[in-house]
Amino acid sequence: MYEAIAFYLFSALTIGLFLITVMSKNVLYAMTSLAAGMVLISGFFFILGADFLGVVQLIVYVGAVMALYSFAMMFFDATRDIKEKNTPAALVFLLGGLSALVLVLIFAGPIHSDAIQALYPMHEGVGNAQDVGIVLFTKYLVPFEVAAVMLLVAMIAGIILAGKKMDQSLTKDTSVDDADEILKQKDAK
Amino acid sequence: MIGLTDYLIVSAILFSIGLMGVLRRRNLLMLFFATEVMLNAVNVAFAAISHYYNDLTGQMFAFFIIAIAASEVAVGLGILIVLYKKHGSLDLDDLASMRG
Repeated sequence: MYEAIAFYLFSALTIGLFLITVMSKNVLYAMTSLAAGMVLISGFFFILGADFLGVVQLIVYVGAVMALYSFAMMFFDATRDIKEKNTPAALVFLLGGLSALVLVLIFAGPIHSDAIQALYPMHEGVGNAQDVGIVLFTKYLVPFEVAAVMLLVAMIAGIILAGKKMDQSLTKDTSVDDADEILKQKDAK
Repeated sequence: MIGLTDYLIVSAILFSIGLMGVLRRRNLLMLFFATEVMLNAVNVAFAAISHYYNDLTGQMFAFFIIAIAASEVAVGLGILIVLYKKHGSLDLDDLASMRG
């Protein structure tokens, strides 16, 4: 009963919030609704018994990725509304719906769900975190290490790309020259 | 009772919202948001299948998707900052320099 209520509540809210993300003209609104939608997605994971995945979703997505986005937004002008030359909405709806349908048909067509067997079954009476840990550090050890190296590479790439010419101003307006002049005047004093 | 089908329907709706965003958006930052929506939709589907087939593989794949999404954001935002320094805009129509 409560599971059904939570499911319908979370699904309605996430669909609404992600629609705002996709439709909004304001970057700040889009990012905030994306963060809220990700919190509710972690609610789905908790309903489904994937506790560890839900916590990881909260920490990595809502904590790290959204913080990264909000820091990056400081480089761009976030208060201004985005002007986009949009293609007609009806065409986009039709194309998006059709391609989603085609994807579903492609992946759902040949699968006989009765033939699916659990490769790494969950154990009764064992917590989700322990179960995940055992499978992750035995069967998926090599992908785990590769993912760690990939995250390191991505971190270095991010630092180098964003840190290049950090002393230059991004917004090319006249206030930069004013600031330079003010600094020169201060030096003269 | 909530079954696997309900979760898959929600996931498909979220995925098509993200796909619609990718098709509709012209701003690169908003395009990134739309891809995040798609990745989250797939994660919900993985977790639901993992729950209903009593198998941990789905959750494993969701973990790796989260790791890949995190590194994609780190590299992608660096590239966006470099692009913004060079062009002063993140609009795809402005950035298209090769017109055939």
